[in-house]
Amino acid sequence: MPRRRDTAALVIAAGLALVAGVMLWDSARLADLGGYSGVGPASVPRVVAYCLLGLAVWTVVAALKGDFPARPQQNVPPVLWIIAGLAAQLVLLHVAGFSIATGILFAFTARAFGKTNLAKTLPIGIVFAFVVWMVFSQLLMLHLPPGPLEHLIFRQG
Amino acid sequence: MGAFDFLLQGLATAAEPMMLLYALIGVTLGTAVGVLPGIGPALTVALLLPVTYRLDAAGSLIMFAGIYYGGMYGGSTTSILLNTPGESASIITALEGNKMARKGRGGPALATAAIGSFIAGLIATLLLAFLAPSIVKVALVFGPREYFALMVLAFVTVSAAFGDSALRGLTSLFLGLALACVGIDQLTGQARLSFGVPELLDGIEVTTMAVAMFAVGEALFIAGQRNHQEDEVTAVKGSVWMSRRDWARSWKPWLRGTFIGFPIGAMPAGGAEIGTFLSYATEKKLTKHPEEFGNGAIEGVAGPEAANNASAAGTLVPLLTLGLPTSATAAIMLAGFQQFGLQPGPLLFATNPTLVWGLIASLLIANAMLLVLNLPMIGLWVKLLTVPKPWLYAGILLFATLGTIGANPSSFELGMLLGFGVLGYVMRLFGYPIAPIVVGLILGPMAEQQLRRALAISQGDWTTLVHSPIAAVLLGIAALALIVPLILRARGKGQVLSQLAGDED
Repeated sequence: MPRRRDTAALVIAAGLALVAGVMLWDSARLADLGGYSGVGPASVPRVVAYCLLGLAVWTVVAALKGDFPARPQQNVPPVLWIIAGLAAQLVLLHVAGFSIATGILFAFTARAFGKTNLAKTLPIGIVFAFVVWMVFSQLLMLHLPPGPLEHLIFRQG
Repeated sequence: MGAFDFLLQGLATAAEPMMLLYALIGVTLGTAVGVLPGIGPALTVALLLPVTYRLDAAGSLIMFAGIYYGGMYGGSTTSILLNTPGESASIITALEGNKMARKGRGGPALATAAIGSFIAGLIATLLLAFLAPSIVKVALVFGPREYFALMVLAFVTVSAAFGDSALRGLTSLFLGLALACVGIDQLTGQARLSFGVPELLDGIEVTTMAVAMFAVGEALFIAGQRNHQEDEVTAVKGSVWMSRRDWARSWKPWLRGTFIGFPIGAMPAGGAEIGTFLSYATEKKLTKHPEEFGNGAIEGVAGPEAANNASAAGTLVPLLTLGLPTSATAAIMLAGFQQFGLQPGPLLFATNPTLVWGLIASLLIANAMLLVLNLPMIGLWVKLLTVPKPWLYAGILLFATLGTIGANPSSFELGMLLGFGVLGYVMRLFGYPIAPIVVGLILGPMAEQQLRRALAISQGDWTTLVHSPIAAVLLGIAALALIVPLILRARGKGQVLSQLAGDED
């Protein structure tokens, strides 16, 4: 296969340069109290940022030479299902409580791996998450946000 | 008092009934989670960290030690019975072990792995106990510049020395170092890279990041794969006991594996994989049955498994005596210490000897428990291998988010989990190693602090860094570890290095 330009790798290089830029911008507004050492709070972020810039250049060179290994073909929908599950849990956690929010994550992840029947996986997920909630919040005293379901069974939450 | 007295004292601490119970819970959970396909020791430790949040420091660390060793045992079961190994340190075990299992000799393969792990764990833990006091003594004369040099060496070996690309290893490391800058500067109290977001002032939680990288990133990556190859679990037929011949062929590889694995784990070189590869190569050279290698030679399971466990115990040497994590697993263990405000290192041996020696002693106990737990109950663990993928990954993500919520029940923290999970996915997709970013995040602030202290002492004179002979030698080795592999790769001899690559641990 002829060596060709690797666009995705170029995007990565741009991302690295962006991170470096943000770090330089942020370190510029710090009062650099070098003190005795001449090295203040802004110094290390600057060094890291310059190294990242160097790595970005190196990545561009590698991308132009086609040095990046071949990427495995990816199926996008399952990946999006998991991300959606995590996002749903994040949004619903404090509204619906741990069990329901995590049950949704459980069902969506199972769907990503081929269990497509949400009507079945969702109840399983909620029950499983509720059992986990009981063990961890009642026995191991972790603070896991309760919701309507948890309040229904444990009055105190 | 010598190391021996301390160890006896530690055994007395660790043999208290509650402590024994914690150790038992730890090894059981560790084995159960470690045996699940796709979960390596780093993720095992990270996932089970929240279980220990509400215990007292001693009990929690003892449980933690059990989890660590249990995860290592569980991993070897997976690699023998499954055609796709989960963790890189087990690839070699899978090579010969899976072949043995397919020939109906799965029982002896599991037995030699378990007994080899036990012997290696025993010897290596004793070595740890007897080496630790002398290293602590040396470490007491270490100043900031020596520590800084040591950390630079750890950075280089973890990111650039092995693996198939110095570029990707270094990129991963520097992303970790960049993330390490987030939060309040330890010396001046100024907020860095927090953009006015109060949640960022405390910096980025190592466990959140590790769980995101290893659990969420991995789940996304596996879910995205086009052709789901079905994992094939080989049933264990016949007795798990080894024949006299198996014993005769196993005991030397166990010992050799131990003495290859331990020093490699103990050096700030990171990675249990290297030891297993070296052990495999040694056994292949020394064997009287070269024709069996590649077709299920018992030496090829016994040696690498022993090396794997010995280097796991070896990793604890720099972690406990210097506070220096040299692998992703050790980095998460360090986070486990820090949740109790404990900083491993020479000082901890002086200020809290009961805790440290109780921990070391409990490793011996955990090791013995694991042998008992693994051989007779192997059938139970094998069942865990057959958990279907949808339930397995749904469960992994449930517990991954549980840990994050348990530590800090905020949507912001979950957002970080999601964000780093996606980052971990992209990194996997493009072949970036994961361990350097985790090690960079946890070691970055320490390295910065030591560097600034060293420079404050010398009043800004950078040459101070090479004026101490120890620091100069360490930095020299670090430079070599960076440059030599680059030259090797440029000359097209990179394959060996990329074989030594490790994702985790």
